[in-house]
Amino acid sequence: MTAHAQTMSAPPSTAPDAVSDRLRKRASRHVKERVIEFILFTAASISVLTTIAIVYILVSESLTLFEHVSLWDFLTDTQWTPLFDDAHYGIMVLLSGTLTSSFVALAVALPLGTIIAIYLSEFASFKTREIAKPILELLGGVPTIIYGYFALMVVTPALQYLFPELPGFSLLSAGLVMGIMIIPYVSSLSEDAMRAVPMSLREGSYAMGATRLQTALRTVVPAATSGIASAYILGISRAVGETMILAVAAGMQPNLTFNPAEPGATITSYIVQVALGDLPHGSIGYQTIFAAGLTLMLMTLGFNLLGYYLRKRFREVY
Amino acid sequence: MTTATDVRSAAKAEVKNLNFHYGAFHALKGINMPVHEKKVTALIGPSGCGKSTLLRCFNRMHDLYPGNRYDGKILLHPDNTNLLDDDVDPIEVRMRISMVFQKPNPFPKSIYENVAYGLRVRGEKRRSVIDERVEQALRGAALWDEVKNRLDELGANLSGGQQQRLCIARALATDPEIILFDEPTSALDPIATASIEELVTELKDKVTILIVTHNMQQAARVSDYTAYMYMGELVEFGLTDQIFIKPQKKETEDYITGRFG
Repeated sequence: MTAHAQTMSAPPSTAPDAVSDRLRKRASRHVKERVIEFILFTAASISVLTTIAIVYILVSESLTLFEHVSLWDFLTDTQWTPLFDDAHYGIMVLLSGTLTSSFVALAVALPLGTIIAIYLSEFASFKTREIAKPILELLGGVPTIIYGYFALMVVTPALQYLFPELPGFSLLSAGLVMGIMIIPYVSSLSEDAMRAVPMSLREGSYAMGATRLQTALRTVVPAATSGIASAYILGISRAVGETMILAVAAGMQPNLTFNPAEPGATITSYIVQVALGDLPHGSIGYQTIFAAGLTLMLMTLGFNLLGYYLRKRFREVY
Repeated sequence: MTTATDVRSAAKAEVKNLNFHYGAFHALKGINMPVHEKKVTALIGPSGCGKSTLLRCFNRMHDLYPGNRYDGKILLHPDNTNLLDDDVDPIEVRMRISMVFQKPNPFPKSIYENVAYGLRVRGEKRRSVIDERVEQALRGAALWDEVKNRLDELGANLSGGQQQRLCIARALATDPEIILFDEPTSALDPIATASIEELVTELKDKVTILIVTHNMQQAARVSDYTAYMYMGELVEFGLTDQIFIKPQKKETEDYITGRFG
């Protein structure tokens, strides 16, 4: 209060002081900006450095494995038995589990997610959308371990009722539940992309005599292709990287199969199994999880690059 | 001496005592006017006067948004269908009356598919028919020579004026009875504007045209009839020459001579 009063009544003679005050303030602002910039830079570096560290660990640890196992065997062997006396290291076995369960999941999530997105964006009333969307997004927030037990305790028995010969663990039931988990990722992003399509395009379509469905399928979906493609890529990455559902419901026996009705181990569930097991660190068996992790990372990297390319290729300028 | 009635052709459509509400807002008040067959009718007036609202009644665009209400009739001749009747399917209306918008809005498709859109939503599958109609429509929109060698390119790759002519071709392809133009040149440069105006003048031999414009010179150049609207009411309707040379109402004269608006 007193400082304020002083400024108010400050005689003109103090003017030079005020100027130097301001100058000093600017200098201090400069320092402050530098500090903030440094903090921001550090925050950004942490994520970049973490990524680099992960890649470094995965590659260097995998190299120790490849001193014992040739890359050729790793890629072509049809058995994955690193923990047996007669050890085989064929990543194909785990890859087949990952691909099969992902295929089942995506066969559920992509069509359903797209249909839900079209419904929410083009057909649902404002009120329906405001209620349905958060509930749907809640699906994505359910811990995956719960999905895993849902698959094991509910979906598998239900499927066994229909197909009595289905084993207690299967890639099918894990994949189906994984698909349900992925639906909100696909539908939410796709819906955002469709809603971003300007109204003028829809009006153009309606003005041509198109129905709602024709407008949705012939104009809105093509205009939102790049966003929908990103949603699909995210869904694929989720499917490939999903762990708990598969660890719980798909069984963990490595099994070279593309038949969803069989049990199988995926890359992720194998990593969990070994990481939680009692294998000594540094043993060949233990090193395999790094090679498996590297394979997984290369796959998701590939999908991300594909997504990047699709976004560029199909980006719409409205 | 020529009177107005001598030049007047048969009415293609008649607006009868039309009132329109956006929710609680009374946007059109008791509009009565004819739309003459194979003539250009211009709707002019200051911003917010309801001219676009009136235009969008003709193809029931207001049905796309909740809370809008029509009262009154728009009769489409020769069959006297009331376009605003609840029993009339807006899609049927839009099958007969097409529209060109203020901002060119080509679909994210090839030039060919843009023009073929209306035919495809009508279920036309014969390639030969579509080919023929697409070419006809593009010729009709004075675009054929510029695009005939690149029909597979995206419509969005064309210039603004070309895009608008593509939208006109799209509207023509389905052989509509009326084409509605909603300020079709307001997003275009003067040269593109001139080509669209020329096109509108040519098209009236084949189709009835209703055009909303902000530009009074444009209304004077392209239209046969002009309706002057103000605050949701139709102030004056008549032959364009009469409206521009000897308006009957003081308000019309004030607007046309640029005293306000």
